[in-house]
Amino acid sequence: MEVLVFLVPLALTLGALGLAGFLWSLKNGQYDDLEGAGWRAIADDEPVSEETASSTVSGRH
Amino acid sequence: MQATRDFSHYVRHLGSGLSHIDLAVEGVNCAGCMSKIERGLSALPNVTLARVNLTDRRVALEWKEGTLDPARFIDRLAELGYKAYPFEPVRAEAVETEQASFLLRCLGVAAFAAMNIMMLSIPVWSGNVTDMIPEQRDFFHWLSALIALPAAAYSGQPFFRSAWTALRARRTNMDVPISIGIVMALAMSVMETIHHAEHAYFDAALMLLAFLLAGRYLDQSMRRKTRAVAGNLAALKGETATKFIGADEISVVPIAAVQAGDIVLLRPGERSAVDGSVIEGQSKIDQSLITGETLPVKAGPGTAVYAGTLNLSGALRVRVSAASEGTLLAEISRLLDNAVQARSRYVQLADRASRLYAPVVHTAALLTMLGWAAYGATWHDAIVTAISVLIITCPCALGLAIPAVQTVVSGAMFRTGVLLNSGDAIERLADVDRAVFDKTGTLTLPELDVTNAVDVPQDVFELVGRLALASHHPVAAAVARASGARTPLAGVEEVAGLGVRGFVRGLEVRLGRPSFCGADQIANEILHRDPEASVVAFRHGETRHVFAVRQRLRPDAAGAIASLVRAGIEVEILSGDREPAVRHAAEQLGVHEWRAGVTPADKIVRIEELKRQGVKVLMVGDGMNDAPALAAAHASMSPVSATHLSQATADLVFLGDRLAPVVAAIGFSQKALLLMRQNLWLAAGYNLLAVPLAIAGLATPLVAAAAMSGSSLLVILNALRAHRGARELC
Repeated sequence: MEVLVFLVPLALTLGALGLAGFLWSLKNGQYDDLEGAGWRAIADDEPVSEETASSTVSGRH
Repeated sequence: MQATRDFSHYVRHLGSGLSHIDLAVEGVNCAGCMSKIERGLSALPNVTLARVNLTDRRVALEWKEGTLDPARFIDRLAELGYKAYPFEPVRAEAVETEQASFLLRCLGVAAFAAMNIMMLSIPVWSGNVTDMIPEQRDFFHWLSALIALPAAAYSGQPFFRSAWTALRARRTNMDVPISIGIVMALAMSVMETIHHAEHAYFDAALMLLAFLLAGRYLDQSMRRKTRAVAGNLAALKGETATKFIGADEISVVPIAAVQAGDIVLLRPGERSAVDGSVIEGQSKIDQSLITGETLPVKAGPGTAVYAGTLNLSGALRVRVSAASEGTLLAEISRLLDNAVQARSRYVQLADRASRLYAPVVHTAALLTMLGWAAYGATWHDAIVTAISVLIITCPCALGLAIPAVQTVVSGAMFRTGVLLNSGDAIERLADVDRAVFDKTGTLTLPELDVTNAVDVPQDVFELVGRLALASHHPVAAAVARASGARTPLAGVEEVAGLGVRGFVRGLEVRLGRPSFCGADQIANEILHRDPEASVVAFRHGETRHVFAVRQRLRPDAAGAIASLVRAGIEVEILSGDREPAVRHAAEQLGVHEWRAGVTPADKIVRIEELKRQGVKVLMVGDGMNDAPALAAAHASMSPVSATHLSQATADLVFLGDRLAPVVAAIGFSQKALLLMRQNLWLAAGYNLLAVPLAIAGLATPLVAAAAMSGSSLLVILNALRAHRGARELC
């Protein structure tokens, strides 16, 4: 049963990481356009330049 | 257009040398458009971000400050084949976006907590029947409490706040029983943990919260999408004004940048976007959008001009008294306020259900407690059982029953071209039994149309069209539109008050008044047959033609009205237009009940009269004069061509030239109401099964969890059926 001391915090930490990830993506505007995001994933010829890609993230703040 | 376009009003400066603008774009429907637009705009130099939002049909653009004129993006999008316009998200929209992300955050926290507590609960459930020692069980329960209490405090906020507001106003709503249930569940779980009991209900409380938040989010996202698209449409209508920025210098600016006191130029053929009074110029103006009267009235210095009126013949300088916000007559706004207040007494289905529900549940819990105490149980056990009843009956499925259906149906309506302004509009629309139509702009198309185009040879018609392109006059514009001509004739000169003339292969061509073209006789014949029409004559050498232009009924108006009548809905026309015009339209449509020359106040009086007879009225109208009637009616719809005020007042806005969406929307909402009622019964039925278990003291956490998620899933699955029904209708 000593293993619980180890496993329970581990499980909670993993869960909290998941939650943190969700909150981070929410704040980043990743849920703003659910329809478009789906299509973006399967569009194969999207020419995203280095500059555009970095400013997509920074431009949201 | 020669004047400069000034969109600086819409540009936001982000700091770090970047500028940002949001554009509403028309016609973006697929992934192809998305990459085409993003690629096309990124190709411009100095653009650092071009991102399409497919849900909202918008593009966000950022570029290095001072390097580009925003008008350049609009031109670029036009080259790519998309019409775009800058817009400013209205405050209400910004608040809703903020709320949506708060709800999602709450949902995330509640779901995280529910899952982890569930993970801790399963060992307890299985341990209770095998070999778990009480110390271990207490440890797991305390750990659950540690997660549940802060998580519930955070993610329960939307419900607690709303319940508190309701209680303080001595009212009750859906959120009151929800909040009581959750707080009780948590309080009892803590008590049970302190007393080393076998069961705690932390998992049930958090799962309940997660389900309810999901419902709340669905409800909110439905309205948000509509509002976003409606905002785009308002922007795309491209309401601009030509403002004087110097004594003789003009600039085309978006209407949001015009203020009271500014002076604007209103050219012939232009629709005013502001309220104000004429300070210079003589003209005739068409006030049909305001009053429903199709015949033009004279305007000169001192005449009041209202937003939505069409300037017909001469250029006017207008001093603005109100623009963008508040472009309405004081009387209309007063009538509107009264009408809106009257309607706010309507109680939504969900709240009506919860009014019945809350007392029943609370009484059942109280009786359970008293019953067990009388039966000889300890007060502790009696209270625990009573609280189990409260938890198990907590309106989880009830909270999802309505929003789930609303979301599915609004999505289906969206695809047929109907935008929903409020969730309860579905319920109100479903039980209308009389449809009242405005005529001008609602039953008829908002633009004028040529009625005798078939009498004219195609090549002549095209020549007329090219000549008509040179004129701003709305009658000429209607001819140009009908002919489909695209290249204006070169060297055309305007003869003030008479028409335009030019030369084709050495022969003079003229377009204008019948007397100007020597075609009085033909014109009189046409006017004799159809006194409602406006005429414009054409002369090419000795060939003469007269075009009759009039408002045309929407292409499927007769069919739409016939199907309303078939569906058992009576139809009536209330128009501010003159009697012959209304009579003619009513006869063509087979509508027996109609009234002409009706003022905005009269429209309200008529609707109130129908209401007193117990008739549920659907008002369909587009003009500013319809706005109070739209607000007073049981449910209301506006075409997308309507004035801002009418669109904002109407429950639903339909797109396109046809009336079919009106009929479809009624069908959708009837189907939706049926599903909502079914869902409420499903939720109630599920509780009826679970409550006896709880009263009997058999409500283990397992039973509670099964009852709660089972009923919620059932309700959602039932709501999805609206989708199937929707497809059959269209």
